[in-house]
Amino acid sequence: MAVTTDRAALNEWVACGWPEKIAPGGGYRTVLLGQEIEVHRIAANSFEAFERNDRGELGRKLPVQIKYCCIFTTLGEPTRPLPKIPEFEEPDRRITACGSVGVHTSPFRIIENFLDMAHFSFVHTDILGAPERTEVLAYKTEHRKDVDEIWAVDCQFYQPAASKASKGGQMTHYAYRVMSPFSVMLYKNVFDDPARNDAICLFVQPVGETECLAHMPLALIDRESALTSIVDFQQTIFAQDRVILENQRPALLPLDPTIELPTRADASSIAFRRWLKAKNFQFGVYEKKAA
Amino acid sequence: MALKLYDYSLSGSCYKVRLLLDFLDLEYERQPVGFYPEREHRTETFRAINPLAQIPVLEDDGIRLRDAQAILCHLANKYDKSGLWLPRQPDLFGPIMMWVMFASGELMAASAARLHDLLGYDLDIKTARRNAHFAFRILDDHLTRREIEGGTWIAGDHPTIADVACFPYTALSNDGGIGLEDYPALRNWLRSFMRLPKFDAMSGISEFA
Repeated sequence: MAVTTDRAALNEWVACGWPEKIAPGGGYRTVLLGQEIEVHRIAANSFEAFERNDRGELGRKLPVQIKYCCIFTTLGEPTRPLPKIPEFEEPDRRITACGSVGVHTSPFRIIENFLDMAHFSFVHTDILGAPERTEVLAYKTEHRKDVDEIWAVDCQFYQPAASKASKGGQMTHYAYRVMSPFSVMLYKNVFDDPARNDAICLFVQPVGETECLAHMPLALIDRESALTSIVDFQQTIFAQDRVILENQRPALLPLDPTIELPTRADASSIAFRRWLKAKNFQFGVYEKKAA
Repeated sequence: MALKLYDYSLSGSCYKVRLLLDFLDLEYERQPVGFYPEREHRTETFRAINPLAQIPVLEDDGIRLRDAQAILCHLANKYDKSGLWLPRQPDLFGPIMMWVMFASGELMAASAARLHDLLGYDLDIKTARRNAHFAFRILDDHLTRREIEGGTWIAGDHPTIADVACFPYTALSNDGGIGLEDYPALRNWLRSFMRLPKFDAMSGISEFA
């Protein structure tokens, strides 16, 4: 697998593992945008990452940040810092990583699926959606230029079991936030406390153009559920998405709006694709061949 | 009666047990095990429950059982008064046990491929997929013969624990990057299984297949 030459992709911070994956003194290998890297845990809170070539030699040292239960690195020169997610600092939150799950598709298909509400009733039946209540009500999308993020706000959807803490159905209010082409999160109102939101992140590690690892850190308001049950719930949902994602064709994401026709419920997808196009992304993107 | 299942939602082996518990209308307590990423099944605490450090484990009235296949046999033997899920007649019992063993043997290559693709297990994926194809070929040939005889299930006229044991990792083959295009009889059988009353699809099973 060759390293991508797409500067737009190389210049992003990307999640590439979670700290507990390795014991102090240990290390692991993984791949980022076609480049093999090796991550070492020098001490409890100290990590290093290096590029690794075909002969197994370690090369250039890469910057590392530990944040939101993930190890982040970059192969280029990031033009933006890691996003600010203050929910991870709140002391009463249940914070956990869900490991990483392999998905064979473009990173942008994974981000788009995360933004989509129309599939809830069909893919997450009786959990995140009910078969008799499938309508996606109108919502707003915005490009927040100060932080260069795409947001979808005023989203709502009826959910029979919105989270592990749910004890019945509810109209769930969502806000979605695309923080970088490889990272997205959502806020959804908590079952018994309308004033607060659960924060659920999805950081995609692009291994190659159609091969990814999905990292899902959570910062939830849930005093009762065991952490194991919370992770189990999240993984159950994601594995339902995964089978749909791996069957989408083409696997690469088309940015030309004439290839996949959007409906009104796809407003967040339209905003996301325009934003990628404006950034001139080539990596993970489907190009229509000339006739 | 108190049944307790040490369970992980994404485990195909645990799913075998959940399926039969549902088919037999049995109530049970579910104890989630943090198989990934916590690897709770490898802890000392869990090894006290199963020294093999594997899920599922079933507790039933003072009996503690490991191994999905053994649990299927136990549940059918104790709770299925109809005898349909584990027939005792000599022409069926032997073949059924043979396919139950197949599910815990050759077919587990499909589980290995899935662990590699889904959870990043470090194993030889080419060998796993090749062995899974070998197993699917054997099962598809058998089911083709059954179709010619007018049968739907692995043995007999009713689904048995052989079908329950073989279903999960066949239905989940896509999770491990293995397509079932070459196995038409296998796909017919999967569709019949998914139409059974009380059937519940776990995450990763494509009901549109």
